[in-house]
Amino acid sequence: MKNALRVIACLFLLTWGAAAAEKNVCLDCHSQMEAPLKVTPAEFANNIHAEKGLTCTSCHGGDATSDSDPMSRTAGFRGHIDRRQVPELCGSCHSDGAKMRQYNPSLRTDQLAQYKTSVHGKKLAAGDQKVAVCTDCHTVHDIRPASDPRSSVHPTNVANTCKRCHADGEYMKDYKIPHDQYAGYTASVHYKAMSEGGDLSAPTCTTCHGNHGAAPPGLATVENVCSTCHVFQAQLFDKSPHKKAFADAGMGSCVTCHSNHRITHPTDAMVGSGTDSVCTNCHSKGDAGFQTAEDIAARFRELSGAVDVSSNLLQRAAHSGMEVSDAQLELDSARDSLTKARVSLHSFNVKRVDEDIDAGLKTAQKTREAGLAALKQREYRRMGLLVSLATILATVGALAFYIRQMENS
Amino acid sequence: MRYAATYVRDWLDQRFGWEELIYPLRHKTVPLHRLSYWYFLGGITLFLFGVQVTTGILLLLYYRPSANEAYESVKYISTQVQFGWLIRSIHSWSANLMVFTAFAHMFSVVFLRAYRKPRELTWVTGALLLFLVLGFGFSGYLLPWNTLAFFATKVGTEVPGQIPVIGHWILVFLRGGEDVTGATLTRFFGFHVAVLPGITTALLALHLALVQKFGISVPPRVEDEWSYKPEQKKEMKFFPNFLLREVMAWYVGLGALAALAAIYPWELGAKAEPFASAPAGIKPEWYFLWAFQTLKLIPSRILVFDGELIGILGMGLAGALWLALPFLEPKRLRRGYRLLTGAGVFALVYIVSMTIYGWVAK
Repeated sequence: MKNALRVIACLFLLTWGAAAAEKNVCLDCHSQMEAPLKVTPAEFANNIHAEKGLTCTSCHGGDATSDSDPMSRTAGFRGHIDRRQVPELCGSCHSDGAKMRQYNPSLRTDQLAQYKTSVHGKKLAAGDQKVAVCTDCHTVHDIRPASDPRSSVHPTNVANTCKRCHADGEYMKDYKIPHDQYAGYTASVHYKAMSEGGDLSAPTCTTCHGNHGAAPPGLATVENVCSTCHVFQAQLFDKSPHKKAFADAGMGSCVTCHSNHRITHPTDAMVGSGTDSVCTNCHSKGDAGFQTAEDIAARFRELSGAVDVSSNLLQRAAHSGMEVSDAQLELDSARDSLTKARVSLHSFNVKRVDEDIDAGLKTAQKTREAGLAALKQREYRRMGLLVSLATILATVGALAFYIRQMENS
Repeated sequence: MRYAATYVRDWLDQRFGWEELIYPLRHKTVPLHRLSYWYFLGGITLFLFGVQVTTGILLLLYYRPSANEAYESVKYISTQVQFGWLIRSIHSWSANLMVFTAFAHMFSVVFLRAYRKPRELTWVTGALLLFLVLGFGFSGYLLPWNTLAFFATKVGTEVPGQIPVIGHWILVFLRGGEDVTGATLTRFFGFHVAVLPGITTALLALHLALVQKFGISVPPRVEDEWSYKPEQKKEMKFFPNFLLREVMAWYVGLGALAALAAIYPWELGAKAEPFASAPAGIKPEWYFLWAFQTLKLIPSRILVFDGELIGILGMGLAGALWLALPFLEPKRLRRGYRLLTGAGVFALVYIVSMTIYGWVAK
């Protein structure tokens, strides 16, 4: 009996203790308030900070367990946090390596330092309160880790988060910078890879501009941004005659031909002297660059056409039931050569492009021969079938004749 | 030429009593009436079986039954071996046509009520032969070791695995382990080229012997007409009159096979990747589609029972009843005859409609 009473007493104490630990009088009131003071328990429960055991008082101070005076100044209650104080407040934990190690040892602790180097940070320090602080991008009470697809800083949501200010002409008018970045980005190949292809490694705003240290890359450094992914193109460009020419003319490297935010899928028509060519923006008929552009464009068309011819032949053969899978596989290497040639283009050296084109043409020719052989074999089979059917028909006719003769006699 | 044939016949007759041996064939007759053309179906199925044996032996010369080599060897047959593509395509098309003609032959027997006394065992051996033909189809489908075949076999072998008590044992027996692997391929090859042909040959010999013993059945309605008007009764000599007509049908079948093989060579597809995920909308061969679609439509639970299990047991029971069809034929009641014909019509309509549904369903 005594043991039973002890067990009941222990259970009571544990339950009471748990209830006391969960007690949060802040939410009792704030869940009943109107926005912006409204914070629901559900909203707060999804917060990464709540998941790690932090509460309202961790940022706002006070005593969330006190029914009588939760907003006691003696308990350190701070109330509303001024925008200018937000980075420092967040940084009080996030810049403290020892503290952060308890929660997430792999999380960087240089966000505040980076922020101070950013355009946002510098302008805030100069007294501009319109610029973004931590909570503008990460939200206030619904902060989730960047890996959570519901987070405002998840790769798929970053552009939308930046857009809230940078696409607002009225909001941005004092800064005298364009506000069409989002419109350009959503028309880009990068956005398509992210939103349609589901490729989370595709670039979004922060990939090129940095996140906490966000700043526009200068003309001289933009190729460093692009080269983090497009390594070979950047290496070839560095050794090309365009490198110096662009620098001398005060033009950005990659962006001059590909633009910055509205980077559409590059096509072969961008090279040469056609209406979609970017070469003709600087070169005109008669100069060496114009001729090089035309030569390279002609070689692209040559290989692209050869690949198409082989591909059509092989498809026709495959649709006729011919086994051409090996040739189709081989044709992929001709396509690879074309891709390599498009990369080599960034050297703006015809000889270098020729090497890839010639290798591709050789393969395309081989697969074309395989396609033609398959179609020839198809005709041979059909001729064989015709002869067989004629023989069978003649035999059936002869049998019918024989049966009639036999039965009549 | 005629002299040589007479010489050979005399030679055989003196030693083996050739004339005595072929006596039953010479005197065998085939009833001649408005439904006689259905009699060709059995012969066409037999012809296609012969095509299967012949082309199968030719494929065996190059086929290698292991997970590492099967696909490559079939590809080699299709691309490098002289007329290999033709042999393989004819083997595949002939297999499908044989399943079709075997089903058609079976339903013609049902609707002409040719299974009646004394031909009960002829029916039973015929129905077992149809099951064996399906077994040939199922085991042969895996042999090229392509993606579709791999996953279809995976799904197909899971079905008997649902049977209580012995299901798992059957699954392991069929697969040669817990999963579909190279061991399954080797095992299916063994079934396809040794076990099934052995049983089929014996059963086919018995089936043909029974057909020879009891002769060819006349549909009851024709029989009644002939009993009223005996002068209408007509017969044809099996040898050579019917046999020559059958040969004509075989030639037509051969022409159809050649056309299908030349115009629509059987595809090989991509090599099986056991660790890849199953392609979307995977389906079995058309002759298993009705059963596959039935299992798909059954709810996962029926009352407290597993839906799929009920479906499998139900189809097993239907198969057993089908096998015992001649023994369910009522002796006197005319209504009973109609009931069995109705069951036959239902089975045919169900199989055809479920096959079409399974074909178009995503």
